[in-house]
Amino acid sequence: MADSGRPTFETPLKRVRGLGSARSGTEHFWRQRMTAIAGIPLTIAFLVIVLATVGKSHAAVVATLSHPLVAILMMLFVVTGVVHMRIGMQVIIEDYVHEELPKIGLLALNTFFSVAVGLGCVYAILKLSFGA
Amino acid sequence: MADSKIRAERPLSPHLQIYRPMLTMVLSIVHRITGAALYLGTILLAAWLISAATGRSGFEQTQWLFGSWIGRLVLLVYTWALLHHMLGGIKHLAWDMGYGFGAEAREATAKLTLAGSVGLTLVVWVVAYLVR
Repeated sequence: MADSGRPTFETPLKRVRGLGSARSGTEHFWRQRMTAIAGIPLTIAFLVIVLATVGKSHAAVVATLSHPLVAILMMLFVVTGVVHMRIGMQVIIEDYVHEELPKIGLLALNTFFSVAVGLGCVYAILKLSFGA
Repeated sequence: MADSKIRAERPLSPHLQIYRPMLTMVLSIVHRITGAALYLGTILLAAWLISAATGRSGFEQTQWLFGSWIGRLVLLVYTWALLHHMLGGIKHLAWDMGYGFGAEAREATAKLTLAGSVGLTLVVWVVAYLVR
């Protein structure tokens, strides 16, 4: 507020809006909802794709997964999923781990794991699509 | 620690075990548990995609592992966790918008998500056995 002594019309609300005390605002909250909504049709698509490949030969599975529409849906499912799960696991860690060092370590591992799984899956899908 | 006597007399904030378990509360916990399980389950997805991209022999090893009785059990639980988290998520999205907080709606949606996730899991697995 008027810490500088100068008169101002600014209220504490001005500080709360935008980034707030955690410096990240409602970004995580909103992103978790957006990936949740996107995840509904993508999860259904994923299950249909899996059912289309159950028990099939390697060649048939590769043929299915390399179809552009399937590959794009799979990549959307993977990216949406890892963004969603990274935020979710961060909330779990912050809820249960209160000591600073283990918390920071687990939050880092959470990011590494999510990025590694996401990149690994996307790379595999691209390799299946473009061959070699 | 020095004043352990005083510390012992302080009222503690109630923990989960204090409350009689209710369906909505149990499902809230289950939502978090299924989320964490799906987080680890992405390893299965990555293994499936990466082995498919690696080649025939690697993919057949993954298929053998997923097809073993323990593999099928894990995949069955994974299917249910995915569908339950999806249905629970839809309920949470409705709550975010302020719908379904009434006592009757709460109980009804809780039973619906539970029956829905079990029912849809059965549908997916029956289809899987029919098409494979």
